[in-house]
Amino acid sequence: MSGTYLGMPAFPEAAHEAVRNDTLRANLRHATHTIRDKRAVAVAELDDWTELREAGKQIKEHTLSRLDHYLVQLEESVTAAGGTVHWAADAEEANRIVADLVKATGEGDTEKREVVKVKSMATQEIGLNEALEAEGIAAYETDLAELIVQLGEDRPSHILVPAIHRNRGEIRDIFRSEMEKWGRAAPENLTDSPAELAEAARLHLREKFLRAEVGISGANFMVAETGTMVVVESEGNGRMCLTLPETLISVVGIEKIVPTWRDLEVFLQTLPRSSTAERMNPYTSMWTGTTDADGPKAFHLVLLDNGRTDTLADEVGRQALRCIRCSACLNVCPVYERAGGHAYGSVYPGPIGAILTPQLRGTASEIDASLPYASSLCGACYDVCPVAIDIPEVLVHLREKVAEQGGPGHRLEKAAIKAAGWVLDHPAVLAAGERVAAKTRRLHPKKLPGPGASQWTDSRDLPEMPAEPFRDWWKKNRT
Amino acid sequence: MRVALFATCVNDAVYPSTAIATVKVLERLGVRVDFPAAQTCCGQPQYNTGYRRETEPLVHRMARAFEGYDHVVTPSGSCVAMVRDNYPRIGRKAYAEGRGSALTDVADSLVPRAYELTEFLVDVLGVTDVGAYFPHRVTYHPSCHGLRMLGLGERPRRLLEAVKGLDLVELPGAEECCGFGGTFAVKNADVSTAMGADKVRNSLSTGADVLCGADNSCLMHIGGMLRRQDAPQRALHIAEILASTEEEPLV
Amino acid sequence: MTSPSTPRPTSSSTSSSRERILGRVRAALADAPTAPPAARDYLTSHTADDPTVILDLLHENLADYRALVHRTEERELPSLIADLLTKHGAGSVAVPPGLPASWLSGTAVEQRHDEGAPLTPYDLDATDAVITGCALAIAETGTIVLDGGPGQGRRALTLVPDVHICVVRAADQVVASVPLAMPRLDPARPLTWISGPSATSDIELDRVEGVHGPRTLHVVLVTETSAPGGRGGTAAGS
Repeated sequence: MSGTYLGMPAFPEAAHEAVRNDTLRANLRHATHTIRDKRAVAVAELDDWTELREAGKQIKEHTLSRLDHYLVQLEESVTAAGGTVHWAADAEEANRIVADLVKATGEGDTEKREVVKVKSMATQEIGLNEALEAEGIAAYETDLAELIVQLGEDRPSHILVPAIHRNRGEIRDIFRSEMEKWGRAAPENLTDSPAELAEAARLHLREKFLRAEVGISGANFMVAETGTMVVVESEGNGRMCLTLPETLISVVGIEKIVPTWRDLEVFLQTLPRSSTAERMNPYTSMWTGTTDADGPKAFHLVLLDNGRTDTLADEVGRQALRCIRCSACLNVCPVYERAGGHAYGSVYPGPIGAILTPQLRGTASEIDASLPYASSLCGACYDVCPVAIDIPEVLVHLREKVAEQGGPGHRLEKAAIKAAGWVLDHPAVLAAGERVAAKTRRLHPKKLPGPGASQWTDSRDLPEMPAEPFRDWWKKNRT
Repeated sequence: MRVALFATCVNDAVYPSTAIATVKVLERLGVRVDFPAAQTCCGQPQYNTGYRRETEPLVHRMARAFEGYDHVVTPSGSCVAMVRDNYPRIGRKAYAEGRGSALTDVADSLVPRAYELTEFLVDVLGVTDVGAYFPHRVTYHPSCHGLRMLGLGERPRRLLEAVKGLDLVELPGAEECCGFGGTFAVKNADVSTAMGADKVRNSLSTGADVLCGADNSCLMHIGGMLRRQDAPQRALHIAEILASTEEEPLV
Repeated sequence: MTSPSTPRPTSSSTSSSRERILGRVRAALADAPTAPPAARDYLTSHTADDPTVILDLLHENLADYRALVHRTEERELPSLIADLLTKHGAGSVAVPPGLPASWLSGTAVEQRHDEGAPLTPYDLDATDAVITGCALAIAETGTIVLDGGPGQGRRALTLVPDVHICVVRAADQVVASVPLAMPRLDPARPLTWISGPSATSDIELDRVEGVHGPRTLHVVLVTETSAPGGRGGTAAGS
């Protein structure tokens, strides 16, 4: 994934700052609570939500179980429709393919090359913008939130709304100071009204859309039987990028396939309601290869692995590949709400990020090894997931892997768990221990030093120990 | 009907009053209850922290301790969820690792017999009025395991509404996690505390003098924060409210 | 279409990556059985099979997402379109090939036909409005779908001008639900699903209408004969 995240501290340290940032906490709380309530209403409108969710899960499950077959079928369909398919095993290869394709379209080497981009998680994951910049190609993000992030030299913190950590006042300030450095300046007297901010983005980006020669996108779905690509969006920036340039390059993870055209009827009902809480998002574009006299003359599809096949190999973890990137799990997650997206150290924050990132990148780094623990396992994410990914199950499964590999803290922890396990397997020893704890209860301090204990007592009192454990009461009173 | 109490390790060592209350409620309803002394812990803390193999001896211990009982009743939603959701997973993984079906057999045997207390009262005994008396303003926190994994739904509320003298008030943001989460509370103490602080704020806003729940691990966390700030509210397990009667009131 | 074959990738490097990725997929799935095809226990439609109910629902849902909805009879269509163009002060309107000439017979606004030399993006940016028909409309989601057929034109046409007037034939172009829409659409054609004007939720997850696509979307529901009890006139919002 992007080099931007190298050297991130483990989740607890990163969250430490975020939890104390009152503005961030207020921004996140406001936004996530707004959308979570709306989602519940949108979902409740459909009597068959449970069945749609189950169908979505099963379609993805089936597809993944025959992924090789469907990838080959997709390649055939796209090629037959006039597109060109490329395969990228990792981020570096995908970036190289895209950069070469962009260069091949250029009219002259001296000209400053530029591309317009539709918001895409896959291209963020591979750090495409940075890679293109290194090749002298300017990549302009055109989604409003992505624009805010790019202008603010910031990092995305949410899958759907990458600038969710910014409130309207902060966005106005960024537009005022940064837009003129990238093109058309923000209108004078720009206020913080969302309508005016959206208008400023419209004016700023329009000149870029009209002259764009290359568009770069991801895709929400790829239909194997027809070769159809689907992009779901709201603003129309996607339509601009998919329609106006001569060349379109789509970088898409291999897990985004659905087998049949009909399968879309499930996801086009569940995705908008889960994502923006709408019955349908304003714009959905579907294209199959190229069309004479309509849209790009050249279409390139870059199929991206970048850790997905490793994820697929894990029997429990592979369900993360069902994800349709709706971000409903982020919006209901109490940990995300307090820690914010940046603490997850990846373009995939929140509950889905906590299971996807350690599988795509592995658990060698401190941040990646800490992600499976960034959850209280409350299960709210699983409840709202439109493809029924059991995120708590995968989190615990990944904790097992992290615990097995050892690493900082885990060796001591394992020894402690083993010792406790021995005691718990010997009820007489356990009872003796309980009695000692009860007898010495007057001596217990309210605050405890040392790892684990101090983390508890910094904010909470310990419970008072009882005079005797239950098993002693039982022995005295019921036997 | 042979009924066993699975007190849980936390209640045995730290909250015996909850286990005693459970015994009293059940006995009052005419249920003869046993406490098999071989029981210790369901293994949830170990399992949820990533130590599945270390959990397995405890799974076997649970099977031995509760062999022969028709129902195993527990005043802890999260421990029942551990048995119901995770014992089958532990069994499947052991089987997939070529270690036979001993653990899947345990799960098959234990899962249908394991009941959370309010489930047992409402579903098996068919009772919502247990004859309790508790003249206090109470708000109810439906812990995540009870709410989302077990689907306890309205059962605790129906039991509380039938308690004489009890004034049940709505908890804002009730479905939100309190931030305990087992080892999460120490591994991610900052976030856990922030979640707990919001839960406490919501709970105090109700004006209730008791925050009630069906899981003492959550209550240890919320109650610990309430005590730290000397709040005019205490955390109390639902079993203790249901055990309180006019003859023998809990104060 | 389902038999594996050897396509022609563009370069030897991606060709070897192709084999590598497919090899990894097969290795990852070595022990995994094929999951069965999905059970489709969901509903085909959530709406009563009554054209009046379905048309009313379309109207309501379009308006809910801030499309401006009008109902009219075939013979009133030219004057309604003329009125709408006048109301927006439009000086020019983009016209896709195959649009019935009669629709614009009531207006004197300059017509820019996208035929012969196609309109450039800059031409379209300088055009005030566009008028099209559609392939179909979906009531439950308040969606119109364009497929580039006659009277709809290429995708850029309905994207760059700031006002889009879309005519829907109530008699045969309205379906109740997404599952009922899918079999009527041809995936080989470029499809654009439109549900209200351009919008964004990117500022504090609050919905605001009007970003890059047309900021005004008029949808005209045309009936052939007088529909008793139907809603008339313009409705926006809900």
